[in-house]
Amino acid sequence: MSNKEKLPETTAMLADILKSYPPKVARKRSKSMVVNDPETIPEIQANVRTIPGIITQRGCCYAGCKGVVLGPTRDIVNITHGPIGCGFYSWLTRRNQTRPDADGENYMPYCFSTDMQDDNIVFGGEKKLKLAIQEAYDLFHPKAIAVFSTCPVGLIGDDVHAAAKEMKEKFGDCNVFAFSCEGYKGVSQSAGHHIANNQIFKHVIGRNSKKVKGKFKINMLGEYNIGGDAFELERILEKCGITLVSTFSGNSTITKFEQAHMADLNTVMCHRSINYVADMLEKKYGIPWIKVNFIGAEASAKSLRKIAQYFDDEELKNKVEEVIAEEMAEVTAVAAAVKPRTEGKLAMMFVGGSRAHHYQELFSEIGMKTIAAGYEFAHRDDYEGRRVIPNIQVDADSRNIEELHIEADAKEYLARKTPEELAKLEKEGFTFHDYEGMMAEMAKGTLVIDDISHHEMEKLIEAYKPAVFCAGIKEKYCVQKMGVPLKQLHSYDYSGPYAGFQGAINFYKEIDRMAGSKVWSLIRPPWQNSPELFAEMADA
Amino acid sequence: MLLRHTKKEVYERSALTVNPAKTCQPIGAMYAALGIHGCLPHSHGSQGCCSYHRSTLTRHYKEPVMAGTSSFTEGASVFGGQANLLQAIDNIFTIYNPDVIAVHTTCLSETIGDDMNQIIGKAKDEGKVPAGKHVIYANTPSYIGSHVTGFSNMVLGMVRGFSAKSGEKTNKLNIIPGWVEPADMREIKRLVKMMGIDSIMFPDTSGVLDAPQTGHYEFYPKGGCTIPELIASGDSKYTVALGQFCSEDGAKFLENKCGVKYKTLDLPIGIAATDRFISTLSELAGVPVPAAIAEERGQLVDMITDMQQYLYNKKVALWGDPDQLISLCEFLVSLDMKPTCVVSGTPGRTFEHRMDSILASVPGAKYKNGANADMFLMHQWIKNDKVDLLLGNTYGKYIARDEDIPFVRMGFPILDRVGHSYFPTVGYKGAMRILEMILGVLMDYQDKTSSEETFELVM
Ligand code: SF4
Ligand code: SF4
Repeated sequence: MSNKEKLPETTAMLADILKSYPPKVARKRSKSMVVNDPETIPEIQANVRTIPGIITQRGCCYAGCKGVVLGPTRDIVNITHGPIGCGFYSWLTRRNQTRPDADGENYMPYCFSTDMQDDNIVFGGEKKLKLAIQEAYDLFHPKAIAVFSTCPVGLIGDDVHAAAKEMKEKFGDCNVFAFSCEGYKGVSQSAGHHIANNQIFKHVIGRNSKKVKGKFKINMLGEYNIGGDAFELERILEKCGITLVSTFSGNSTITKFEQAHMADLNTVMCHRSINYVADMLEKKYGIPWIKVNFIGAEASAKSLRKIAQYFDDEELKNKVEEVIAEEMAEVTAVAAAVKPRTEGKLAMMFVGGSRAHHYQELFSEIGMKTIAAGYEFAHRDDYEGRRVIPNIQVDADSRNIEELHIEADAKEYLARKTPEELAKLEKEGFTFHDYEGMMAEMAKGTLVIDDISHHEMEKLIEAYKPAVFCAGIKEKYCVQKMGVPLKQLHSYDYSGPYAGFQGAINFYKEIDRMAGSKVWSLIRPPWQNSPELFAEMADA
Repeated sequence: MLLRHTKKEVYERSALTVNPAKTCQPIGAMYAALGIHGCLPHSHGSQGCCSYHRSTLTRHYKEPVMAGTSSFTEGASVFGGQANLLQAIDNIFTIYNPDVIAVHTTCLSETIGDDMNQIIGKAKDEGKVPAGKHVIYANTPSYIGSHVTGFSNMVLGMVRGFSAKSGEKTNKLNIIPGWVEPADMREIKRLVKMMGIDSIMFPDTSGVLDAPQTGHYEFYPKGGCTIPELIASGDSKYTVALGQFCSEDGAKFLENKCGVKYKTLDLPIGIAATDRFISTLSELAGVPVPAAIAEERGQLVDMITDMQQYLYNKKVALWGDPDQLISLCEFLVSLDMKPTCVVSGTPGRTFEHRMDSILASVPGAKYKNGANADMFLMHQWIKNDKVDLLLGNTYGKYIARDEDIPFVRMGFPILDRVGHSYFPTVGYKGAMRILEMILGVLMDYQDKTSSEETFELVM
């Protein structure tokens, strides 16, 4: 549907959605649903508890920690400490690709668990955990072993950090560290991101100060190599002559993490999941961070230019322009071919903590409009921009997540730019450690909904019949049963990459396929279209 | 190599599970609950469990899987989840309007010690359960048993919550189908109907997790065992419980509660187990086996007769759930195949007894079940004694690729192929489908690996 007149008015729409809720629920949900205005940017409620009984997209702290942030690193043996379920469900299901050397370590196809039994719950699981760490060490001799706590572990009081420390000291040649990422912490995956950031910063980053070769050295933060996104970004950066010191954490290794402080710039993709590491790297080592976005060809070009501008090197700037020109030729051709079929169509996306923003870019490149969007586990700053951070009230659920106190490192701190250089960049319009958020880039009158519920989603689809709806696996098949194609933006529906230039091409073609598939015309059986005809045949 | 760190030398482990052959209880309870018409399963714990269970079931069925969660936060974990569950019950009936909410616990609420019976009672007292609506529950601590246990516990929860004795016996048979696919439940119902028997099947996920594309989304699809049927199960003549691990506890509970006698049979997978199923139906209902069923059986035997040479002495590794493995191993042995490696993460003595007898005729066969039995161990066994065929859930594809072994997907979860929800593996027809799948991969393998001069046109 592209006809604007037919679309229901947004404020009325929201009221209609809230009507089915009990009054208390309606009151709470109403604060998480706003009509956007990029000029004034209304306040949205985010990162608050999901109401019990509401069918939500959200997962838990453990998923954010073990699944999202640490999952993509191939040479750490990740042991889930808890009963079997959590480890089983997070086994290979996130599609992080990785490229080990022929004989390199890669534990990603494995699932390691302490598989706690009832006697471990009653008498404590520390002994079993230590033994499991020992067995993992004996079997694989990995560089690192990480331990992830699930719900019951916190309750029974196992000290996973003491266990990890003891085993690390015992082995001497294997870094062992733990994450208290019990599922009930925080209100969503987001707490797990924070806990993961803290522990990697404490136990891994900065342990290897070997010089990294290269003139323009950056880290890519918040890029998880779903469907090969990181490979595409590695290709582009290499082509431009930019050295990637480490990626958090797509296609990564622990050694790369250890060297992260050797980079001269941090580029942040998914702000939500990794901004803590970016901040801490700046405070401790003096590496500034900038927000980038490699989802969308135009956005990718803009991000490359931003990196070149930071290094302020003519040769790099020229190289970047050359690469952009070369890559854009094919991108523009494909977009032009697809556009006649996609132009003016509507998209909605409710997912994650950054993708619901980034992917709007890709849709707009083929002329599609995002009329409603929202995150699953983001905070207000991801919607309204980082300027609201000082005003965000820290509630009981977030207060329990540790904030590390970081100071400049006496030996390793090195300001990457002189105050004059910084001033010059800022004058040129350059912004450091800032993220403008989703709402600044969404049109006036569009809907922004945080932690959307199943009920709200159904209502929206009925009302707007978008050409494509983007969400995750739990929503996929019910939306498609409504006759609307759903694009999964967590797993990419087992395809990709969608980042960078080649990724943009893949995405345009994918949306073209989905929205235009013949299957949507097969749903109605022929006898429903002309019942009289079939009645006649029956009579004959 | 994908599983490059798996070495031939078996190293004894007692604490570390690697590549499990099971998952946790609540997902089984959720699956079972979806087999009640108009039911919304509810996960009493933090929202991660619910999200994982819904995602895994969705990937397996490629169908919507709806469920609520109590969305525990740290506070609930300290003070107990009563307030969360009460609020959830209230919200669910108001917003999603199910006929019944089927609550299962998680390792979190179990460790806290939330009392389901008491909380649900309180919800009723406070008027949070509207007239004519129901809340049933199952305790599903994930640190005991496996997903199979959770399924069984929810079946028991259905009986506890619904089955009633009106005093008037009916002529019906209750069928508890065990954890099988919607297609299998349909097939069992078809066979029972062909026998002319009136039955009540619970749970019944056919029509729920294999719903058609109509362009219209049904929050509660038309399938599933209805509440009147569940209540009436207390008046039935007999209960047939298929699969001891999944179905017997519920049947036993029903006998104690309403005096309905039961008989536990193996899942009707393969020829002998189906024979026993059909014979039992015939005896219990006092009806002869119709010629049409004998014909299906004859077709199956004919297929085996014709393709015997491709099956003979082929070694098979299997992993999965005990009820399936018992019947499958028996079937494979009857096909002259050799199940040499069998692994199940689900514990249970019966499995050991049954394997001891079924595998007695297979020299060198190994099996292991329970908390320390996993796919890593099975892979090591395979490295020591190569097999010709892998039979199990999708996670086997990593072994299949590394070791170049033909692979048939059966069990849970199947994340990368379709068919299992539509085409049954139970009954004689189901056995033919299993054979078709096995022969397909074995013969494809022969075609792929034979030399050019020995490449066969007719097989
Ligand atoms: S926390 Fe417990 S119940 Fe939840 S997924 Fe993990 S093992 Fe299963
Ligand atoms: S918000 Fe998106 S990019 Fe960030 S961790 Fe989640 S899924 Fe990944």
